[in-house]
Amino acid sequence: MNILVYINTASNLAKSALEAVTYASKIGGSVSVVATGNADDTTLATLGEYGAQKVMIDRSASADDAQQVTRLVAKATEAVNADVVIFSHDLIAKAVAPRLSVRLKAGYISGAVAVPDMSNGFSCKVNVFSGKAFAQVAVNSAKKIISLLPNSIQPEKAGAACAVEAFDGAVGSAAIKVVDTKKPEGEIPLPEAELVVSAGRGMKGPENWGIVEDLAKALGAATACSRPVADIGWRPHHEHVGQTGVAIRPNLYIAAGISGAIQHLAGVNGSKVIVVINTDAEAPFFKAADYGVVGDVFDVLPKLTAAVKKFHAAQ
Amino acid sequence: MRTELLTFATVKSVENMKILVCISKSPDTTSKIAFTDGNKQFDENGVQYIVNPYDEWYALVRGLELKETLGGNLTIITVGTAADEAVIRKALAIGADDAVRVDADAKDAYFTAMQIAEYAKTNAFDLILTGKETINYNGSQVGGMIAEALDLPFVSLATKLDITGTTARMEREIVGGLQVVEANLPLVVSCAKGMAEQRIPNMRGIMAARTKPLQVVAATAVEDLTTYVEYGLPAAKSAVKMIDPNNMDELVELLHNEAKVI
Ligand SMILES: Cc1cc2nc3c(=O)[nH]c(=O)nc-3n(C[C@H](O)[C@H](O)[C@H](O)COP(=O)(O)OP(=O)(O)OC[C@H]3O[C@@H](n4cnc5c(N)ncnc54)[C@H](O)[C@@H]3O)c2cc1C
Ligand SMILES: Nc1ncnc2c1ncn2[C@@H]1O[C@H](COP(=O)(O)O)[C@@H](O)[C@H]1O
Repeated sequence: MNILVYINTASNLAKSALEAVTYASKIGGSVSVVATGNADDTTLATLGEYGAQKVMIDRSASADDAQQVTRLVAKATEAVNADVVIFSHDLIAKAVAPRLSVRLKAGYISGAVAVPDMSNGFSCKVNVFSGKAFAQVAVNSAKKIISLLPNSIQPEKAGAACAVEAFDGAVGSAAIKVVDTKKPEGEIPLPEAELVVSAGRGMKGPENWGIVEDLAKALGAATACSRPVADIGWRPHHEHVGQTGVAIRPNLYIAAGISGAIQHLAGVNGSKVIVVINTDAEAPFFKAADYGVVGDVFDVLPKLTAAVKKFHAAQ
Repeated sequence: MRTELLTFATVKSVENMKILVCISKSPDTTSKIAFTDGNKQFDENGVQYIVNPYDEWYALVRGLELKETLGGNLTIITVGTAADEAVIRKALAIGADDAVRVDADAKDAYFTAMQIAEYAKTNAFDLILTGKETINYNGSQVGGMIAEALDLPFVSLATKLDITGTTARMEREIVGGLQVVEANLPLVVSCAKGMAEQRIPNMRGIMAARTKPLQVVAATAVEDLTTYVEYGLPAAKSAVKMIDPNNMDELVELLHNEAKVI
């Protein structure tokens, strides 16, 4: 089986890229990577340690233009005669993988959370109903496309550095022009975060978020919020998690002053461990929690932050 | 390099803006999720269907706002069975001009997208809007597939959309930030939160929706590239462990030694 992994790179490699290559090598067969972005050859070669046999990079293609990336990945698919194409289920994949599916007439499994089951055909586990259930999706076509939900598997080192070659994807012109990019400094992007501190209406007002941010900083966590909090403008929209917001599956999700409505749970119940802090012992969130604290956020959060700092200092 | 001629063409196209909004149904967000037939079918017993929130709140409402300011026509399209017509009428009540139903049980994103692309091919639209994803299958697939089938640019997960002349300007959230992009019409855009505010249909809209045209077209033969073989529910959580609010050291210790997440 020939497997092709698409990744976009900055100067370094994202953890999601390492996950995708690890995932591909777990399927078994020969793994090639096709990349965009500006990582240098030495950096790209380290993908070999996660199972890649070679990396092909086209630094002329814009990852912001789904048509260019689609042309590139389609050409690379042909070049290595790939049976399966793997993406990380991020913004780029959400634009490119569906296009590639049509172009190659390859069935696409979106948001896979496990390695494919090939015992009887080819199928893969995904989350459905916004995380309230899962499904096993089979691909009926000869070629297959999978996008892997971030944080579903951990990167694993196995081999040694691999070859890196320039690849001309014949990407053509870009139809999408990037006019401006606004990037807040130093924030941890929510979908990739392993630790998340989230807060809801129980915080009473945006001026009180300092204690949430303090805990996040002490843990090295990203911050998130419930939908009403984003709707009233206490927090930016991109922090809104849940059924109609971002779906996340961090290792640790701390929910402070959030009731745990079903639509909120839908976006976070893939988290490995959930801690709930709420004054109301009857709050529905406790049913979905691993650890619960019945208490006032204004009292508990600073205490937890202090305890985390003490723990880190002792490590 | 914008000549007067180009500007003229621009203005002309805006006056005739043709917008297609893809509408799917989804179970009400409070629905109990269960399966029947040996976990092979979604149990529709007692399930109330709604217009998929992303399609209704963001794609449809933004489409209507653009139509209202720029003039033109807004058609909604659904690949679905006669049972979906209640949901289609709701979208008409909110303000769409007319509706198309491709008569098929949509089970596969590729099948669905090919049906919509087929319809769009014979009805040149300036703008095709979809929701970010359906909240039952969460594939985020159909929009990109339509775009590829029609060879059009596709901007995914846009949180803002404005049109000037034949240029669309959009914002989209990228990892940890925001990007402003431009593309020329015709274009396919998938719509996420921020694009518009939910509109509640009024009585007049509901009455008007009853008589708005709903055209049913036959599906074209396309094979399903994927099949949902089986469903399951996540394993039940073990009981929550309660921690004394005055003993956060214990919580940190448990997160480190027991849960091993910090
Ligand atoms: C179609 C649809 C989609 C939706 N999608 C989403 C979604 O994606 N994400 C989402 O989050 N919601 C979503 N919702 C909204 C959801 O139903 C809830 O209304 C929302 O999650 C509640 O937010 P909250 O928990 O912050 O506020 P509340 O429900 O008001 O809860 C506040 C909680 O804080 C506790 N509290 C108060 N004071 C303190 C204190 N001092 N210390 C500790 N605890 C305190 C209270 O006991 C309470 O449990 C959706 C709703 C619908 C209808
Ligand atoms: N059966 C359908 N009929 C019309 N539009 C659909 C259908 N299914 C999905 N869509 C559109 O495609 C978007 C993405 O759906 P999905 O790929 O299923 O997440 C939805 O938000 C709708 O706008």
